[in-house]
Amino acid sequence: MIWEKHVECMDQEQLSKLQSQRLKELVTYVYENNPIYKERLDSSGVTPDTINDISDITKLPFTTKMDMRDSYPYGLFSKPQKEIAEIHVSSGTTGNPTLVGYTRKDVALWSNVMARALCCAGGEPGDIIQIAYGYGLFTGGLGFHYGALEMGLTVIPTSSGQTARQLKIMQDFQPRILACTPSYALYMAEAAKEAGLDPRESSWEIGIFGAEPWSESMRNEIEDSLGLIATDVYGLSEIIGPGVSQECTYKDGLHIFSDVFYPEIIDPETGEQVEPGEDGELVITTLTKEGIPLLRYRTRDIVSVNYEKCECGRTSPRVSKIKGRTDDMIVVRGINVFPSQIEHVLVGMEGIGPHYQIVIDREKHSLDKVDILVELDEKRFSDEIKQLHGLETKIKKEIESILSIGVTVKLVEPKTIERSMGKAKRVVDKRNA
Amino acid sequence: MKIKQISVFLENRKGRLFDACSILGQNGVNIRACTIAETETFGVLRIVVDKAEQAVEVLKDNGFVANITSVVVAEVADEPGGLAKILKTLSDNDVNIEYMYGFVEKFTDKALMVFRFEDTDRAQKILQQNGIKIINQEEVEGL
Repeated sequence: MIWEKHVECMDQEQLSKLQSQRLKELVTYVYENNPIYKERLDSSGVTPDTINDISDITKLPFTTKMDMRDSYPYGLFSKPQKEIAEIHVSSGTTGNPTLVGYTRKDVALWSNVMARALCCAGGEPGDIIQIAYGYGLFTGGLGFHYGALEMGLTVIPTSSGQTARQLKIMQDFQPRILACTPSYALYMAEAAKEAGLDPRESSWEIGIFGAEPWSESMRNEIEDSLGLIATDVYGLSEIIGPGVSQECTYKDGLHIFSDVFYPEIIDPETGEQVEPGEDGELVITTLTKEGIPLLRYRTRDIVSVNYEKCECGRTSPRVSKIKGRTDDMIVVRGINVFPSQIEHVLVGMEGIGPHYQIVIDREKHSLDKVDILVELDEKRFSDEIKQLHGLETKIKKEIESILSIGVTVKLVEPKTIERSMGKAKRVVDKRNA
Repeated sequence: MKIKQISVFLENRKGRLFDACSILGQNGVNIRACTIAETETFGVLRIVVDKAEQAVEVLKDNGFVANITSVVVAEVADEPGGLAKILKTLSDNDVNIEYMYGFVEKFTDKALMVFRFEDTDRAQKILQQNGIKIINQEEVEGL
């Protein structure tokens, strides 16, 4: 089922017209209602009259997370507080938290895109959904809740945690849809097994998993262990929360609802748009929001976009799973490298510990040298040199095929790579030392 | 009559071999024979000791990656052509050697060779059928 066929399957020309008209309205709106944006547009030499077509979007300045923090709490709001219906706040591990406000119309928009997402994943009105995302300041739980009400599902708002109870509710009420983070889905499968249940016999047929990046191998693991179709949902509170894009049952990219969230893919270094299909940073403009509309918001997520029509009938572009974050991008010999790319290779390999470190060095008059230190897992240790060498070679080849640059892989003893309580230090860049 | 050999993964880092050997020494483990296989990035220490199980345990407790591999220790006449004679027997019977290293026994005039074979049981049988003496674990422990 397609929730809003007339927009989700709109032909390209019509869609482009709608986007153009909405962009013009948006720029006029923020110009008139938000002093920060007015000043920014003025200093970029842009007035609402400059914008006539969606392609004019490149004339607009970017908005970053830093802008949201700097204007904390209400600076980027385009509506006075009394018109704000709901507020959500992100965790804010570094500096000010990010605060977002929704007008009633924004909440309706959120409900609508989430209803589209739930249908996209294969949900049907009348299905029961167990929402095991956290409710509260985090946007996950309520976003799903609004969408489920909008499309006519029966909601069980379990929120996250209390796993034994989650499983009991599943057994007793037989929900067809499970919504939670992918790691919690796996945790529930484990917990079910420990409780003597067969998780494959769960009532869940559809899983909608997001709020953290997850790989294809994790998808297989979840589908095998829970006996359901696992789909990916994407969103960020700055844009709206969950419901920015969602995989359909063909599981070939996440449909971004581009009549309301206009996507661009840019080179994170230059800010220029890249060719369709190429990797780059996802930039989103909220075409119809009122509370905090954002112009060209840099998500920092690295993805590629497929503009071809999907087999499901939707014409909306499909965004790949997140391939990395610009926050941890390193440039080696002119090529963008993300630690997450290397991590994907290692995680997929049996007997390799999750601990690794990338050391980049440049000797005088020579190219950058990339050493990847990988902790050897005891189970993979063989006293035959050729086996260990084979392992190094295998890791090296897989990483090289993904990064397209030469690397050296060194096996190191377990627990020799520095551990950190917070974010692991994955990259040691000696080039600037 | 396979012998337990300890293999230890050694990162190419200063003092790592010393660390391994001193841990064994502090725990009263005596090394009978040893060799190191090295590559550009790491090494593997292979040792025959008097207390194999205990040796692996203390190494692991101290953060080393170590395991036990089955090897065959054969007696070789300490004279010209002594080793060649054994190798001919193995070659004639299509037995492939993964690696080997030797040491000299203190109490007799015989040399001992440590062999790692792909198929340890078959290799052992062939050596015995050809009258080559194989040392057992107790003998190694008592050397």
